[in-house]
Amino acid sequence: MKLSTTKRLERLHDRYVNGDLSRRTFLSLTAAAAASAGLSMPWMSRALAAVEQVRFDGWGGTVQEAIDKYAFQPYTAKTKIKVVQGTFGDENEIITKIKTAKPGDFQIVHSSGVNYYIKYVNAGMNSEINEANIPNMANVLQPMIEPFRKLTPKLSAVPYDYGTTGIAYNTKVISPEEAKEKGAGLLLDKKYAGKVGGYADMTTRVWYAALATGQDPNNIKDMDTIWAKVRETRDLAKKFWSSGAELMDLLSKGEIVVTDAWSGRVAALQDQGHPIGYLDPAGSYAWMEDMLILKGSPMTECEELINFMLDPATSIAVAEGQSYPPSLDPTKVKLTEKIEKLPAFDKTGSMKALTFADPVYWATNEDAWTKQWDRIAKGA
Amino acid sequence: MKNRWTLYDPRLAWMLIAPVLLLLIFFLVLPIAVMSVYTFFTFVTAGVETSALTTANWHEFLTDSYYHGFLLKTLRVGAVTALLCGVLGYFPAYFIWATSFKHKWLLLLLLIVPFWISFTIRTFSWINILGEQGVINVALIKLGIVSEPLPMLYTEGAVIMGLLHFLLPYMILNVYVSLESIDRTLIAAARSMGCTSAQAFREVTLPLSLPGLAAGLLLCFVLAAGSYVTPQLLGSGRDALFGNLIYDTIMSELNWPMGATLSIVLFVVLGFFAAIYTRYMGMSQIVKGLGG
Repeated sequence: MKLSTTKRLERLHDRYVNGDLSRRTFLSLTAAAAASAGLSMPWMSRALAAVEQVRFDGWGGTVQEAIDKYAFQPYTAKTKIKVVQGTFGDENEIITKIKTAKPGDFQIVHSSGVNYYIKYVNAGMNSEINEANIPNMANVLQPMIEPFRKLTPKLSAVPYDYGTTGIAYNTKVISPEEAKEKGAGLLLDKKYAGKVGGYADMTTRVWYAALATGQDPNNIKDMDTIWAKVRETRDLAKKFWSSGAELMDLLSKGEIVVTDAWSGRVAALQDQGHPIGYLDPAGSYAWMEDMLILKGSPMTECEELINFMLDPATSIAVAEGQSYPPSLDPTKVKLTEKIEKLPAFDKTGSMKALTFADPVYWATNEDAWTKQWDRIAKGA
Repeated sequence: MKNRWTLYDPRLAWMLIAPVLLLLIFFLVLPIAVMSVYTFFTFVTAGVETSALTTANWHEFLTDSYYHGFLLKTLRVGAVTALLCGVLGYFPAYFIWATSFKHKWLLLLLLIVPFWISFTIRTFSWINILGEQGVINVALIKLGIVSEPLPMLYTEGAVIMGLLHFLLPYMILNVYVSLESIDRTLIAAARSMGCTSAQAFREVTLPLSLPGLAAGLLLCFVLAAGSYVTPQLLGSGRDALFGNLIYDTIMSELNWPMGATLSIVLFVVLGFFAAIYTRYMGMSQIVKGLGG
């Protein structure tokens, strides 16, 4: 039988009257009960209650639609735990929101790999995952997990998908042959001045400038030439887009005819029948995304959700829906033909064919380069 | 009977303004004070700062011409927008005031109708008007007037157009309220003494409506100079205003101390213009304009 507070106090009083408790103990316990009743806040009861929902923040658009349809909705149907969703266009935006919120307000973020992982770790926003609660991690590509483990031996995130930022072009204006011949140079082709686009992101801009100047993006020797190339692209560009939706809008409406673009979003445009071609030039920027659990989150439920998302059936359905290959190891899990045809898909599972950003190298330069990029984007 | 409240009792006045005063202190003065303190914090790395006090952020602002250039550009765009609002907004306001149309309220309602739609959506609508596939370019190409789409979107002109769309109702309402307060017998007197309609307007109506026009100019200037969404959506990177610099510093560079410094700068600069206006024109015109 559940005892009410009043009943408990009455029993305490009886024990005191019967001489079972000293006066000092009785007064101490009564004071403690009064303090706990007086100081308890409305959120305490909610916190102590069973978790009924988990908060997820992602990139919106076709990507989040796929995650919602193939992972969250079945998860809610199975567990009755609702997944409350938010979206962001730029991951720094969600980091700012997390910084101003209480721990636990934001819980799982669909984060952009190790480059951003460092930011959460530096700001002390990350949690510690109990990997034993996510048995499906056994199927995740080890080359994707290792970079995270190098930064924090106890993981806060689990890799979920990957892709490339290659070159997308309008096939009515640019032939596949021309695209193949010019590669990343298309972004600097004066013939397309005013019809060029690009992601308004420092890493992407510097990466493609490094390719254009023949430098290794993970070991740049001459930053002056990089910034000169970034300016060159800026002057040819009509607009630097800042979200997947904006990229798709600019390409589909013909406002731009060539841009660096996220492979999955281009695949979605191709599925819709738009005349858009895509190629990954040599050294194309590869990236991975992860499900990051933030400090203060209900860990058991978050781990359970991520484990559900990593279940091969769920992960494959999401991958097909969002057009990005899953983090599942193709040597351990049989993937579908559709996934094997996705841009950036690595059938070997070694990920050696893809060039990822060196997280430590980029983190070292991130602050200064972001500042410089922000200035160049504004005409400096 | 000494303790009884009187109508102009200072204690009653304090009690009545206390709730608003508290709101202002907690939601305006205190946040600005916290931001002011933040300007002296030390930036460590993206998203991380320490409370070790430094003047580095102020030093950077005062010595870096990049910020000064954007501040001047912001003031220029704000001034151009306000002047255009003044020129374009005066005539509709005059028309609404002067018309003998018996449903004048309907005209005023039309002014307010755009506010029923989200500001962001209204701004986005310009993309479908000014874009390469937008209404204007498609019409011009189909009519054979141009062969290539005109580059109208993502320019400073598009930004000013978006700001005009947003701010014009504020200007019209301010001027209208000012015109409404004019004693119409003064105009009749001017006419009876031989003034033409144009002379009566120039000698009587215009001077008496100037406080409203000035209030509208100040409002439009401050709102335009402080805008962030319009240049973000309708302009290119080069068309950014000071608000966009603040956004990038806080959201992209995750440098809150510098972002706070830039915010305080914009606050002080716009506050300076408001103070100048208050000194010479008084705030009553703005209050009248806003209150209808």
